[in-house]
Amino acid sequence: MDGEGGVIKKFLYVNRKAPYGTIYALESLEVVLIGAAFEQDVSLVFIDDGVYQLKKGQQTTVDSGIGVKDFSKTYRALEGYDVEKLYVDKKSMEMRGLSTSDLNVDVEVLDDAQMADLMAQQDIILSF
Amino acid sequence: MLHTVNKSPFEKNSLESCLRLSKEGCAVLLFEDAVYGALKGTQLEATVVEALKSKKMYVLLPDIEARGMRAEDVISGVQTVDYAGFVDLVAEKATVQAWL
Amino acid sequence: MAVVTANGKDVEVDEEGYLTDLNTWDEDIAKVLADQDKLELTESHWEVIHFLREYYNEYQIAPAVRVLTKAIGKKLGPEKGNSKYLYELFPYGPAKQACRFAGLPKPTGCI
Repeated sequence: MDGEGGVIKKFLYVNRKAPYGTIYALESLEVVLIGAAFEQDVSLVFIDDGVYQLKKGQQTTVDSGIGVKDFSKTYRALEGYDVEKLYVDKKSMEMRGLSTSDLNVDVEVLDDAQMADLMAQQDIILSF
Repeated sequence: MLHTVNKSPFEKNSLESCLRLSKEGCAVLLFEDAVYGALKGTQLEATVVEALKSKKMYVLLPDIEARGMRAEDVISGVQTVDYAGFVDLVAEKATVQAWL
Repeated sequence: MAVVTANGKDVEVDEEGYLTDLNTWDEDIAKVLADQDKLELTESHWEVIHFLREYYNEYQIAPAVRVLTKAIGKKLGPEKGNSKYLYELFPYGPAKQACRFAGLPKPTGCI
């Protein structure tokens, strides 16, 4: 499954939903992890409420919590899966009063034009 | 590149983000509840007219008609398509980004 | 739901033998699970099992075998971070079998 003889394609995962209210964020992350086995050129972008997926300090499993898995920790495992290109939308961050120091992984901040360019460069876009 | 939007612009910011983060010359297709964004006389009309200067915009007519509107209610410059036209758009573009 | 018993303590496992709740795990449970596979756990096995539990605690997932191998290599050295070493310890697959002994869910991406 390592892309042997195959062409490496550029895959972009677009994440636009907050983490726990709907299943989108978790589903996206699971597809990213499974897809990592195919060793393609993967990027993740976080736009709109999607930036909240990366917020530091999420507490979900403590006795008083909402009682689901804190999958924000899993984004930190992506590097080990060779998924290293994570981007956030500048305006979405600003609108929410967030800076990169509020996030639990290293990301690159893209402005409108840079984000549009990144999308235009992809072979496959998976939207969540 | 084709961008699709299926949420009402009065409820979600999907159309707004789509227009902000898409490139000149791309195609934007509105369907399901997003068709409300293609209508004349709403607060969004100016935004859509502005986008039409640099982007091609399409709207799925069956979704317009299902909601009690007609082709003549659509902002001029926004092209109406049927299901076959939707399929053609998807087929002719290399990539599709769905703004859910 | 099947049950595994160790030292008089019953813990639930799913149809594939993975614990349904990783908090019910202890070393005695691991020994019983290994015994079902006719495997005796040595220090080398425990090293991997404890590594997996730490990995899960940090990242909330069971690593894919490729990722586990690389991570073991980083932490315990290249003589341990290779498939040959890990498959000798866990013949049914280092990720699948070792995760089961460690009380973790089946690794994501492990089909």
